[in-house]
Amino acid sequence: MIEITNLVKQYKELSVIKDVSFTIEKGEIFGIVGRSGVGKSTLLRCINALEPVNSGDILIDGVSIRSLDDDGVRNLRKKVSMIFQNFNLLNQKSALENVTLPMEIWGYDKKVLRARAEELLDLVGLKDKYNSKPRSLSGGEKQRVAIARALALDPEILLCDEATSALDPNTTKEILALLKKINRELGLTLVVVTHQMEVVKDICQRVAVMEGGKVSALGKVEDLFLNPAKSLKKLIGEDELEILPRGINIRIFFTKEYSNQTIITNMSKDLSVDFSIVWGKLENFSGNVLGSLVINVNPEDKEKIEQYLIGRGLNVEVISHEY
Amino acid sequence: MNIDGYIKALLESLLMISISGVLSILFGFFVAIILVYTKEKGLRPKPSLYNALDFIINVFRSFPFIILMFLLFPLSRFIVGTSIGTVAAIVPLTIAATPFAARIIEGSLDTVDPGIIEAAKSFGAKNSQIIFKVMLVEALPNLVQGITNIFINIVGYSAMAGIIGGGGLGAVAINYGYYRWEDTIMFIIVIMIFLVVQIIQSIGNQIYKILVR
Repeated sequence: MIEITNLVKQYKELSVIKDVSFTIEKGEIFGIVGRSGVGKSTLLRCINALEPVNSGDILIDGVSIRSLDDDGVRNLRKKVSMIFQNFNLLNQKSALENVTLPMEIWGYDKKVLRARAEELLDLVGLKDKYNSKPRSLSGGEKQRVAIARALALDPEILLCDEATSALDPNTTKEILALLKKINRELGLTLVVVTHQMEVVKDICQRVAVMEGGKVSALGKVEDLFLNPAKSLKKLIGEDELEILPRGINIRIFFTKEYSNQTIITNMSKDLSVDFSIVWGKLENFSGNVLGSLVINVNPEDKEKIEQYLIGRGLNVEVISHEY
Repeated sequence: MNIDGYIKALLESLLMISISGVLSILFGFFVAIILVYTKEKGLRPKPSLYNALDFIINVFRSFPFIILMFLLFPLSRFIVGTSIGTVAAIVPLTIAATPFAARIIEGSLDTVDPGIIEAAKSFGAKNSQIIFKVMLVEALPNLVQGITNIFINIVGYSAMAGIIGGGGLGAVAINYGYYRWEDTIMFIIVIMIFLVVQIIQSIGNQIYKILVR
């Protein structure tokens, strides 16, 4: 468990993180999202003490990172490993040597090094690339090597700093699938820093939205996306809503209980009203289909429809569009 | 001058070049590692030490080599017992080449991607391990090129050492070629020095090629 309390981080006069507090539970996949420059990568680096903090604290399984000396910090980093946007592999070493390096540094027995590294490269799907240098690997393969390297010391927490930002969409999906597998099979806690909404939707269970060095929204991913907080809305950039037609538009949020039901067609029959569907979006959140739909209604039907939908337990939002 | 004379001069030069080359690279490494440790974004920043060292290196590099040699006569006499001859020339050669070597090696280590150093920190590497197991490994091809340059630079210095009694190819070129107007000897010596430079460069290139493969 990672408990962040009142964390403040400054570079000279500049405050990068301003009083941030939240808790990441053991075994969860936790996202930290925000535009570039809001302090999310810095926050991540505070967790493994790559960045010293100015005030506040981070407790990892109850141990304050501020209480640690040099050896304490090194032991912390054995438990909390990290992967990066640019992979940061040693170019002069093969895939296998890159994976054995952390173990070498920690003085593991030479005999177990190689076997363990091979096992890890097999796990990440690089069985036939043991001796390839990073130069001859694709971006996705490099990140797989980096993941294998990050797993070498049997960590409990994996910090992912924009780990898929340099990858194409298909490779991103593969890497996310691998991260999910690691979370599921090895029980690792994942802290995922990203500016990519797809990443959050695909793998995160909970998410903190950061804005200007502060957490502006925090919660379960589907809740935040279905009923987005202002900060998140800004981030997703829902410009689509600007193209809505004049008149009364009602936005309906579907949670997982409703996404398979025929609620809209039922409403049309039950109330015998006419409306047009003007906007809609279905999204997949770690396997749950959720979505929102905007219908354009006659002004006189507005009350009726609103009440009908609310009566069925749906979240609605009226968006009036006057030009 | 007979062929034995040329060979003797060549061997003297090679002795000066190799000993002062190896020594200046060793000392240069030592200084470069301190620089890498103490620089602003280094492993253990200490700007005052870095700036002082930086200043001293620049002072030494500003001296024309000939002047430095004269200034170092007393030191040569103290260390090797004489200020004339091949062995005596090794002292000023090493001292002149060390700041250059330190800069070259520092520059090579600087080319290592800071992200890789951060990654090494992230899995718990100590500073010494970051230098020896990460930075030196990553900078190796670059270092080989740098070391090649250091040796070639010393070839130039060692030829100049001939002027003040340093021995080797440079001394022959000065004493026979220049003072006695013996153009043939001068020509042969220049060709020999050229070949030494050429061979060092080729060896460097070959090692580099193997490393980046």
